Amino acid sequence: MTSMSTKTLPGRGDTHEPSTAGPQRSAGRRPFALRSTARGRQTRAAWILAAPFLALFLAFMLLPVVWSLLMSLTDTQSADLRTPLNVSFTGFDNYVRLFQDDQFVHALRNTAVFVVVGLPLTLAAGLAAAVALDRGIRRFRAVFRVGFYLPVITSIVAIAVVWKTLLDPRAGLVNTVLGWFGIDGPAWLADTRFALPVMILMAVWRNLGTVMIIMLAGLQSVPQSLMEAAELDGAGAWQRFWGVSFPLLRPALLLTAVTTGIGYLQFFDEPFVMTQGGPLDSTLSATMYAYNQFGNGNYDVASAAGYVIFVLIVALTVLQFRVLRDKD
Amino acid sequence: MSTLSTLRTAPSDADRALRRRHIRQTWGQPWLYVPLAGALLLMIAPFLWMLSGSFKPEADIRAVPPVLIPTAPTTANFHELFSRLDFTSMFANSVIVAVAVTAGNLVFCSMLGYALAKLEFRGQRAVFMLVIGTLMIPGLVTFVPLYVLVANMKLSGSLLGLILPFLATPFGVFLMRQFISSLPDELIDAARVDGCRELAIFWKIILPLTRPALATLGIITFLGSWNNFLWPLVVAQNESQYTLPVGLALASSGQDFTRYGILLAGSVVVLLPVMIVFLLFQRHFVAGIATTGLK
Repeated sequence: MTSMSTKTLPGRGDTHEPSTAGPQRSAGRRPFALRSTARGRQTRAAWILAAPFLALFLAFMLLPVVWSLLMSLTDTQSADLRTPLNVSFTGFDNYVRLFQDDQFVHALRNTAVFVVVGLPLTLAAGLAAAVALDRGIRRFRAVFRVGFYLPVITSIVAIAVVWKTLLDPRAGLVNTVLGWFGIDGPAWLADTRFALPVMILMAVWRNLGTVMIIMLAGLQSVPQSLMEAAELDGAGAWQRFWGVSFPLLRPALLLTAVTTGIGYLQFFDEPFVMTQGGPLDSTLSATMYAYNQFGNGNYDVASAAGYVIFVLIVALTVLQFRVLRDKD
Repeated sequence: MSTLSTLRTAPSDADRALRRRHIRQTWGQPWLYVPLAGALLLMIAPFLWMLSGSFKPEADIRAVPPVLIPTAPTTANFHELFSRLDFTSMFANSVIVAVAVTAGNLVFCSMLGYALAKLEFRGQRAVFMLVIGTLMIPGLVTFVPLYVLVANMKLSGSLLGLILPFLATPFGVFLMRQFISSLPDELIDAARVDGCRELAIFWKIILPLTRPALATLGIITFLGSWNNFLWPLVVAQNESQYTLPVGLALASSGQDFTRYGILLAGSVVVLLPVMIVFLLFQRHFVAGIATTGLK
């Protein structure tokens, strides 16, 4: 708010158009408004408009981010959190402890598998669906679009509950269907070999709709004339896609890759509802680990784990920008 | 088709080519419908299972192999859900939180979005970078101190603790700024020449024009709040504060674990409002996602 007063006070005020004289007079009790320049009035309005957001933002975003960083560098175990300054500063001890904890390293590996396998699968499935709906078919597009998008808008908790019943080893639909083909289905979520892959497939199932919607919009913005020109030059459907559509889709692909990647690095809801991270930590994610530490009162370790994930998010985002940005 | 039928007596290569083109024009690639229909079934099967399961009597639920269509459809699961798990108050909590969060985001994000898009002021770039920079920060990084903060403000016993941290989100500012930037500057200049006050320009001229973006932000925020899980799970102290996902998740991991009928009925109740909102505003939603996604 300080820049408002410094900018409005030295007003070269009386230069503006006469039509503002009327409304200005009614504001006569505030001399700086009367003398303000057009620029000053804009500054004042801008800060009035920004103030409520910034106040909430400072209190509930910026303060916690800094506070969390401080927590991750201190020992909160013995401290009273109502007086957050009364803690001892321990440097990077919490981080060292994290990476010495086999469980956290294991959780990080699960998270990495989730991202490295799940993200490309999600992007490929969403892109394939978008191309099929845009160029492949002409009827029932809306039906497919809504159907493919349905899982995106559903609560993960509701989805997790449904999949848990579908994957029930004995009474679940999945193993029944497999049984029709003579396959003796595994115990899925209770089997350390299958629990994580199943959750990755669930994530693909749930998120491909987002990729599809954004890619569809991107495909529809590809100029028809460009496609026709390519066709006249003898380019086949495959060549037209890679040569014409795909380069134009790159910004949309980057956006979905970044946002989906950020989501996947924080995966939590599915293991929380379906397996509690089990069996034998096979679905324990880094976020679940942090949540468990928080639940045990280890606020410092939980904060440190949060910052490790944050660093991974930044690294992944930078990598994606490197790979997918337009090359010009 | 009539031109084709008159020539039916002697189907030549030209006829067949014409016919193929006709099919292509109305249907696209006919063979693609088979894999797409298969994929569609995979996408919606869990929802059909959810719906059928919610109306199944206990005998059907335990049946091996499972029955797809309930032998004697019953609403007992829903009755029990609402009486035993206190779904009525959870439902009300979810509505109150989602509506408050949505309203806050629409107001605060459009205000700052306009200031960043169309007004010139010192510190503008810094504010923009600060807000956009935090888009990448995971909720996980902030939730521990947020919890301490909310607990210290004595808000952990009230719904306000679920609402306040989400009233103003960077994503909303980004979306509104993107949209308002695309509106012509001339509108605002003309209003200024006519003597319109700065805040009145925002309120009377810009806000009505941003209705499509507000609709998009509103739907996204509502769905996000409705489905939010981690924060309400952390903050809610007792059952009177549970939102639907929290209630459902705790029920599914507790002693009701085997009562699939009730859990599936709960899932239907969680899903129904967002389905209705989505189907009503589908057009806005898709258009909004597309415009913000591509710029």
